[in-house]
Amino acid sequence: MTDLLLTASPPPRRRRLLRSLLTNKAGVAGLAILGLILFVALGAEHLAPLDPLRRNLSLKLLPPAWLEGGNPRYLLGTDSQGRDLFSRIVFGARTSLSVGLAAVALSSLIGLALGLLAGMAGGRVDTLIMRVIDAMLAIPTMLFMLVVALVAGSGLLPLVVVIAATNWVGCARIVRADVLGVKEMDYVAAARASGAGPVGLVLRHILPNILSSFVVVSTLNVGTVILAESALSFLGFGIQPPEISWGQMLSEGRQYLATSWWVATFPGIAITLTVLGVILLGDWLRDHLDPRLA
Amino acid sequence: MSGRSPLRTLLQFVPVLYIVSLIVFVLVYLTGDPSALLIPEDASEEDRLALVAAWGLDQPWYLQYLRYMGNILTGDFGVSYRYGTEALPVVIERIPATLQLTAGGLVVAILIALPTGIFAALRRNSLPDFAISAVTVLGKAMPNFWVGIMLILVFGVWLRLVPVSGSGGFSHLILPAVTLGTGFAAELTKLIRSSLLEVMEQDYVRTARAKGLSEARVVLRHGLANALIPAVTMTSLHAIALLGGALVTETVFSWPGLGQLVVQAIYTKDMAVIQIAVFVITIMALTINLATDALYRVIDPRLAG
Repeated sequence: MTDLLLTASPPPRRRRLLRSLLTNKAGVAGLAILGLILFVALGAEHLAPLDPLRRNLSLKLLPPAWLEGGNPRYLLGTDSQGRDLFSRIVFGARTSLSVGLAAVALSSLIGLALGLLAGMAGGRVDTLIMRVIDAMLAIPTMLFMLVVALVAGSGLLPLVVVIAATNWVGCARIVRADVLGVKEMDYVAAARASGAGPVGLVLRHILPNILSSFVVVSTLNVGTVILAESALSFLGFGIQPPEISWGQMLSEGRQYLATSWWVATFPGIAITLTVLGVILLGDWLRDHLDPRLA
Repeated sequence: MSGRSPLRTLLQFVPVLYIVSLIVFVLVYLTGDPSALLIPEDASEEDRLALVAAWGLDQPWYLQYLRYMGNILTGDFGVSYRYGTEALPVVIERIPATLQLTAGGLVVAILIALPTGIFAALRRNSLPDFAISAVTVLGKAMPNFWVGIMLILVFGVWLRLVPVSGSGGFSHLILPAVTLGTGFAAELTKLIRSSLLEVMEQDYVRTARAKGLSEARVVLRHGLANALIPAVTMTSLHAIALLGGALVTETVFSWPGLGQLVVQAIYTKDMAVIQIAVFVITIMALTINLATDALYRVIDPRLAG
């Protein structure tokens, strides 16, 4: 994070952030991976060579193109219903990213609101929120998600709700701890003394100062959420056909493991790559914005 | 968190379990009337309503809540729709398999992380250290159940070295335990490396070196003993996640534990089983925390007494 240019006025914060990203190889790799996945997700219609839903039972379980018996039209082979695996993985990127981003946005918002409330209000409100958080931490997240899924049902939107309802806890804890630290600062006392109302105080003085750890936690949470989505879809409680999800592809592929290894292998690589991108980018953000969280 | 007495920790179970019971009640209440699932399709509407009334499902939520709390406090958790017997024994008999798997996962994680973490710290910034860092990041990025599927593919299908599903002897435990342990091993390795590096900079380590102790003794007796405290904290926190991970791992390997039971109970909306399983798993998680507290006292004598 050394500035090589000795300019009279420091470059704007955003530019410094970008420059530090470009000097960090892991960060660049993370950004590149996520950029690629985002590109694939947005352009799925144009990038997928074939219709991901079209069945062709005479072409079922074709091996990848480079293996014996492979067909060059089906780069990564086909699944048990003769659908093109590559096209399905391309469309699966859209599901993973949209569920990941939507669920993180929602859970971060809940976490931010409850964390701010607990930290600012203190007293009984704080105790109540912390007790609920303690209880939620005592139930394994996966179990909790399954039970909430029972109520919410399956599909894209319920899945986002299920994940958000169970993943706000970490975010709320960090926001609360940060608020408690910032609240005691002199400039907050000064703002309060000069008559700032509670809303103005939070928006102008508290929020800007807790933003960096919030951003770091939320970014890393995208990886956790994508893994959760794939696990829930794998168990059959998430994305339902004809929607395409990598987790659901894995659960189909598992049944054909003995004869067709590729069906369960490639979707897993896609998940790993995406989460890897998030972790690399998130770790860099953390080192840069908020090294305390390491 | 580590200075509490065991009794106080035990008392802290109470509010946690109460809130868990509340959450479970709300979720069960929201799933609605299960009677349609339970009675034969040819039963009349009158029969169904009689069943609803017998279970109190037609009563307002606060009466249902009182009934629910009364049942919990008297240990009556109801009947499993699917098994047609008391739900409690159905859940209890699955506990040993899950404990076995979780303990296996923990052992695998420690067996991988301890030597790897120490090695990475002692060879800091060397090529192997970077390689280990890269592998740990990869370990965190891989979905656990996919690791399991790949292990089945390589060791079960291709090499035919181990059985790929069910439970039985030790050989059945290997793949599920490795699957469950790898993700945690990645995090633990990173933690052991960084905390050992931090400890090795401390004055008492320098003193130990100055006394002329062998490097091995300095690392083991003075470095590692202190570096392990955060590792134990993390193991305790992660044990809860490990129990959750067991849900998925058990499904991948058809391991007959709580996880497989819960997933099936959710498919079939077997509410009594789901409720007890949530309580049992929560109590297991809390007990692990309690055990960790006790372990602290062994590792860190300052906390004893």
